[in-house]
Order: sequence, then C-alpha cells, then structure tokens
Amino acid sequence: MDIKAYIESGILELYVAGQLSENENQEVYELLRQHPELLQEVLEIEAAVLKLTAAASPGAHSFEAIKANLKDANNPKVVKLAPRKTNWLAYTGWAASIALAAGFFWTLNQKNDLEQQLQTADIENRYLETQIETAKSDLATTKNLLDILRDRDIISVPLGGQGNYASSFAKVYWNKSDNTIYLDAEGLPDAPEGKVWQVWSLTLNPLTPTSLGTIDDFNSDTNKIFTMANANESQAFGITLEPEGGSESPTMEQLYTLGVVEVNPS
Amino acid sequence: MEVELLVKQFQDKNHSAFEALYGMYSKSIHGIIYNIVKDNAIADEITQDVFIKAWHKSETYSSKKGRFFTWILNIARNAAIDKTRSKAFKQKRQNLSADNFVDIITSHDNLDHSTDAIGIKNFVTQLGEKCKAVIELLYFKGFTQKEASETLQMPIGTIKTRNRNCIQQLREMVL
Repeated sequence: MDIKAYIESGILELYVAGQLSENENQEVYELLRQHPELLQEVLEIEAAVLKLTAAASPGAHSFEAIKANLKDANNPKVVKLAPRKTNWLAYTGWAASIALAAGFFWTLNQKNDLEQQLQTADIENRYLETQIETAKSDLATTKNLLDILRDRDIISVPLGGQGNYASSFAKVYWNKSDNTIYLDAEGLPDAPEGKVWQVWSLTLNPLTPTSLGTIDDFNSDTNKIFTMANANESQAFGITLEPEGGSESPTMEQLYTLGVVEVNPS
Repeated sequence: MEVELLVKQFQDKNHSAFEALYGMYSKSIHGIIYNIVKDNAIADEITQDVFIKAWHKSETYSSKKGRFFTWILNIARNAAIDKTRSKAFKQKRQNLSADNFVDIITSHDNLDHSTDAIGIKNFVTQLGEKCKAVIELLYFKGFTQKEASETLQMPIGTIKTRNRNCIQQLREMVL
C-alpha cells in the first residue's frame, strides 16, 4: 500500500476531525497499528489541532471544579457497598430491637394475664373452700339437729296459730335434761321492721309468762331453728311479736302461736 | 503509547489519569465550545459538563472508533450546539456574533507571549479565507465534508485536499 499517497489524501485530517464513518474509522485504526509512520502523522495532526483549538479558549481552568463532581463515581464498589452494608446493619438492628420490644410487651402482657387468671382462680378456690366449709358445717348442724330431735328425752310441743294469725305455726322441742328448747319457727312470717319475735314460757295456773328471750336474728337465719335455755317448769310456750328489745310481759294481741306441753303420758 | 494507557486507566475510573487527560485536552475543548457559544462563563460550564459526562460514560469509548480527543471533541460540539438551541440561550443572546476562530484568536491578549500563541496568531492572520472557512467548519463546527462542500460551494474532494494543506501549514507553524 502507498503510505505516502494515503497520507496525502487528507483522510487522516478528517479522521482527527471526526468526519469519517464507523467503517472508515475502523480501517484507519487497523492501518495505524500496522504503520508507525501513519500513527506519527495522526499524532502531529492532532497536536496541531489541539494547539489551534486551545488558542481559541480565553482561559484555562483547573481540574478542581470537576474533581468535586467525581467523588460519587470514585471507586463505586467501595463507596456504594459501605452505606449499603451500614444500612443493612442498621435495619437489622432496628428490626431486632422492635421485635425484642414487641416480644417483651407480649411477654409482659402474658404475665399480667396469667397473674389475673391466677388471682381469679385463687378467689374461686377460696370461694369453693368456703362453700365446702359451709356445706360441711350445714351437714354437721343438720346431723346435730337430727340427733337432738331423735333424743329419747325430748318433748315435742306444737304451737298453733292464734286468732288473726291462724296460719302461723311453730314447734318447740324441749330437752328437759339439759334445759334447752329448740324452736322450729319456720311457720312464722319475717318480723316487720322495729319488731322482734319474743318467746315465752308459761305456767297456766295462775297464768304466768316468763320471757325466754327475743329472736333478734330471725329474718337472717336460714333454717329458722333457734336454741334457747329454758330452766322453767313450762306448761305452755307462746310467741308474740314485740317492739325491738322485747317486752316485760307479752302483748296478747300480738300472740301468734301458742302450744301447751302435754303431760307426759309415759 | 502514553495516551492509550491513560485512556485505559481513565476507563478504570482512575482520577490521576483523568486529570492528566483533562490537562491535555480541556483548553482545546473549551476553545471549541467558546467558539460556538461565544460566552466564557457558559463555555466554562459546558466544558465542565462535557468532562463529567465523559467520565461517567467512559466505557462507551473505544480506540477503534477513533482518537480519544476526537471522541471528547464530538461530545463537546454536540453539547455546545444543544446549548445554542436552548430557549434560555436564544433569549439571552439574540444575535451571536459572526466571529470565527480567527477573530477570536486574534482578539485575545496573549499575555503569556508563548511562541505557540504568537505562532498561531501569525498563522491565522496569514490564512487564506478558504482555509479559515474549512477549518472553522470541519474542526470547530463539526460540519461533515458534504455539509462543508455545500456551504462553501466546493467539491467534496477539494474540501479534503484543502483541509490537508491548511493543517500542513498549521503544523509547520506551531510544531
């Protein structure tokens, strides 16, 4: 190939100016690699153009302004990895602490729930114990009553309703051996406010009432069986409704029930 | 070859290599841009943009496509021409002066009085009108041969040989 003619054609000047097609550029590139004199020619053209174009610039500028804009792109692998790693760590840290906090609150909540349940169970337990206790004591009381009523020595005195209070009734079980009466007063209504039931022992000739006491807890008592001491030689028992605190002698208008002790036939 | 090595390092994002290339080409790039926009501040801005753009798309350059200087020269001309077409630029500079590179070079006060500067000044003042026009269009404006031949009403072959002769004269003066 005629190197000189190639140079003289002016193609290398156009090459530097950037006026060749892609194929022509590729061709020149290959030739430059093979022929050092062509490369030398290109370098000189480029140097001359550089000087000419540089002369058209009113002033040179330092690289510093550009350098500041490259920072982001410098060593992208290192710069980009570092914050990503930090973020990952931070996110993990945050996630862990949030999970931990959530777990903690959940546990705390569970604990409170369980404590509450325990307390409830405790209360239920105590309530049940009380019930059992009550049932046991009820049973004992009932058994005791039964024993008393079955006692051979006991005298049963039915008290019938009197006058306006005919529907009332009561029963006295009198154990003479220990001077105790057991009054079964289920047939009496609740005492109105300000009034109490008063139990009297009576001797008939002459008629002498002796108070055995008032039944202050009548309304609240459940089995309506009351135990009273009676050391009298009673011939009859009566129950009257009296003002609170009881009376010296029975108010006869308020005599609800009365019963005479049967002379022991045996 | 030194430039090829620098370019390779530049493509590997080496700052020093980039700075060296900047030192070699920035004044020329600035001159090309200034010749188009005729405003020093705007030329500064575009020059900076051009080099930053080159840095970010360095992987698109291949020596098979041409000289590195030619590659960056193309980016610069396109950026400068884009600028002159922008609305803001047109409003700011209603009528760009018709000065060509010769007027620009001769109007500079050559404070450094370097032989290059004096040589170029001498050269450009002695250049024939046809030479001025061909160099202006092919190197500064980025016209194709065909466009230049139409503008100057010269056959394409003549453009090519005339350009060769003009650059030969330049080389004799400045190298």
